[in-house]
Amino acid sequence: MNKVTINIDGRDITVKDGATILEAAKELNIQIPTLCYHPDQSIKGSCRVCTVEVEGIENLQASCCTLVRDGMKVRTNTKRVRDARKKVLELIIASHNDNCLACVRSENCELQALSKELSMKETRLEKIVSNVSIQDDNPSIVRDSSKCIKCGRCIEVCHDVQGVGAIYNLNRSFNMEIGTPLGKDLSEISCVYCGQCINVCPVGAIYEKTDIDRVWKALEDEGKHVVVQVAPAVRVSIGEEFGMPPGSILTKKMVAVLRALGFNKVFDTDFTADLTILEEGNEFLHRLNGGGTLPMFTSCSPGWVRYIENFYPELLDHVSSCKSPQQMFGALAKTYYAEKENVDPKDIVVVSIMPCTAKKAEAARDEMIDSGYQDVDIVLTTRELGRMIKESGIDMISLPEEEFDEPLGISTGAAVIFGASGGVMEAALRTVYEVVTGEELENIDFVNLRGIEGFKEAVVKVGDLDVKVAVVNSLMSAKKVLDMVKEGKADYHFVEVMCCPGGCIGGGGQPIPGTNEIKRKRVEGIYNADKKLALRKSHENPAVKVLYEEFLEKPLGEKSHHLLHTHYVDRSN
Amino acid sequence: MCIVLEDKTMEIIDNVGNTPDKLLEVLIAVQESSEENYISEEQLVSVSKGLGVTLSKAYGVATFYSMLSLKQRGKYVIQLCNSAPCYVNKAFEIIRAFEENLGIKVGEVTDDGLFSLEFVSCIGACHMAPAVKINDEVFGNLDRFKVKSILEEIIRRER
Ligand code: SF4
Ligand code: SF4
Ligand code: SF4
Ligand code: FES
Repeated sequence: MNKVTINIDGRDITVKDGATILEAAKELNIQIPTLCYHPDQSIKGSCRVCTVEVEGIENLQASCCTLVRDGMKVRTNTKRVRDARKKVLELIIASHNDNCLACVRSENCELQALSKELSMKETRLEKIVSNVSIQDDNPSIVRDSSKCIKCGRCIEVCHDVQGVGAIYNLNRSFNMEIGTPLGKDLSEISCVYCGQCINVCPVGAIYEKTDIDRVWKALEDEGKHVVVQVAPAVRVSIGEEFGMPPGSILTKKMVAVLRALGFNKVFDTDFTADLTILEEGNEFLHRLNGGGTLPMFTSCSPGWVRYIENFYPELLDHVSSCKSPQQMFGALAKTYYAEKENVDPKDIVVVSIMPCTAKKAEAARDEMIDSGYQDVDIVLTTRELGRMIKESGIDMISLPEEEFDEPLGISTGAAVIFGASGGVMEAALRTVYEVVTGEELENIDFVNLRGIEGFKEAVVKVGDLDVKVAVVNSLMSAKKVLDMVKEGKADYHFVEVMCCPGGCIGGGGQPIPGTNEIKRKRVEGIYNADKKLALRKSHENPAVKVLYEEFLEKPLGEKSHHLLHTHYVDRSN
Repeated sequence: MCIVLEDKTMEIIDNVGNTPDKLLEVLIAVQESSEENYISEEQLVSVSKGLGVTLSKAYGVATFYSMLSLKQRGKYVIQLCNSAPCYVNKAFEIIRAFEENLGIKVGEVTDDGLFSLEFVSCIGACHMAPAVKINDEVFGNLDRFKVKSILEEIIRRER
């Protein structure tokens, strides 16, 4: 590729042809402020905050969308540039509901940070803030248009990454806003509650519907036995809420802090992830040998389940009937565990900590009451747990490490990797291989299924059979497979689908920012956590073995069928 | 009624084309086929399904163009310009004249369904401000008396 040399603020830099001024400046460690720019999205060039002077061009240029030319001379820090940026920001602030004191994104807000960076003072412009219009008639997502700066990032992720297209820009010019069609709530259109729009929003215009206060209330209720389960992906990201690098494995400190918060038992969704592998692995073999519908799709990602229910209901037979690990946990906590511990299930409150906003909606599904009660009572995102810990004043990082409670806290490395795209498939293959062949699997690392790429495939020899598998993440990638299946062009046996880009580590409830760079580090954390464990295959989980002996009897048995499996609904209309 | 509407929308889609790039054309045709000069919610949903575009996008496009409306309008849509040139030329007097003569406010439809009033941002007739557009026709250099006679003329035609 051709190289060009340009001069920025008096320093020369050689970059590849086709780079933007912003990228070139970064190489020189010159920080040009940005607002609509997002490293993983298309260039929007709409906010003009990144403006710079280019010699020979009269108007200021937006550096995020101006390509370098050989010999170009750029000034990023002149009075004219600084004044122009301030003017732009002043206009944005004039139409922004800036009540930072009561905003979820305070101290993690790109607009607030920019305002500080540019030393903004009180604006002289008249405030014209759109009426605070909160849209939250659904279990997961809140939209507040009075905070929206109209960058369009949420639209891009919803249309181009998730293929849902629930939101779009409405009206024009001064009245332009980002929203849902016909003033409907997200629950009335095809939104899948993935929360990816939250993760890319630079400000506090979209956030999860918070349930923190319900958890506090349960914890203070003497009559309640409150148990908590934590999803695999949370342990490698919760640290980010406290300034630790992404991918730091904080499993044991997280257990300690949950106990300190007052939960009666601290359990692990990994336990039911292992259980899922046994149920789903057996379901897969059952379909394979019994002429069942193939390919079989995994079912642990509720955003994905809602997507196929909304858009491809004719293919619902392909979806595994297994409940997600979260829901299996809830159903067992209020039956098996209640019996074992002799606690009345009506007094048990099951709280989940999830990297996911769609999990809130999943827990609220009508049919998730197989224990005789609502199986999972309250779901918090990773971010909400972070806030709860901050509210409590406990310093998680300095707490001594603690272990999960038994028996629903015992798990294997196969369960940890559920948190990353490819992990469920890898975990399933580790087990299916050994169940089918009766031999020990030597190389248990299915490296080519790992990573945040949207579409991965592999052929795995299991006994005499070549098992063809695919792993997809993000709903646009899922759509590709669905269309292939529809056209009869998919010869896969088993497909893992995760709604969120990169899998649960990139979930809509995870710490912000969650750029691809950060996701890769979380993925690394996940596989490191797996490697450190002695047991790395789900069927070797001793607590799961006991669960079958004492309670469930066998995979796909009657009790499993009742508590651990579910059905789906055509929601296409 | 609903079925009839959907049939009509489907017929339009068949004629104009059922691909996403035909969105604007289809929306215009659907509106033109309506007595009340607008696209109903059901029709918008049918268009989005028929062309395979998301409802949010169909709605976004329908609300972007001022010639399209999702609200019931009159047989005669009176568009009042609220841009600067009309504004400085005392457009508000003209607006009041329309409101008084028709007995409705901007944003409303007359009881007989004949007229509706709405604001738009410039109709390209600044040289004869204050101006309004009634369906496809532009009327400029208006004053209170002209407003009255324009309306009377239309009513006469409609009788
Ligand atoms: S979105 Fe940012 S700037 Fe606006 S109120 Fe929230 S923290 Fe403050
Ligand atoms: S939650 Fe997901 S589907 Fe819903 S609006 Fe946001 S990005 Fe779109
Ligand atoms: S809601 Fe957030 S992401 Fe969407 S346009 Fe507004 S500021 Fe941007
Ligand atoms: S960051 Fe360059 S225009 Fe917004």
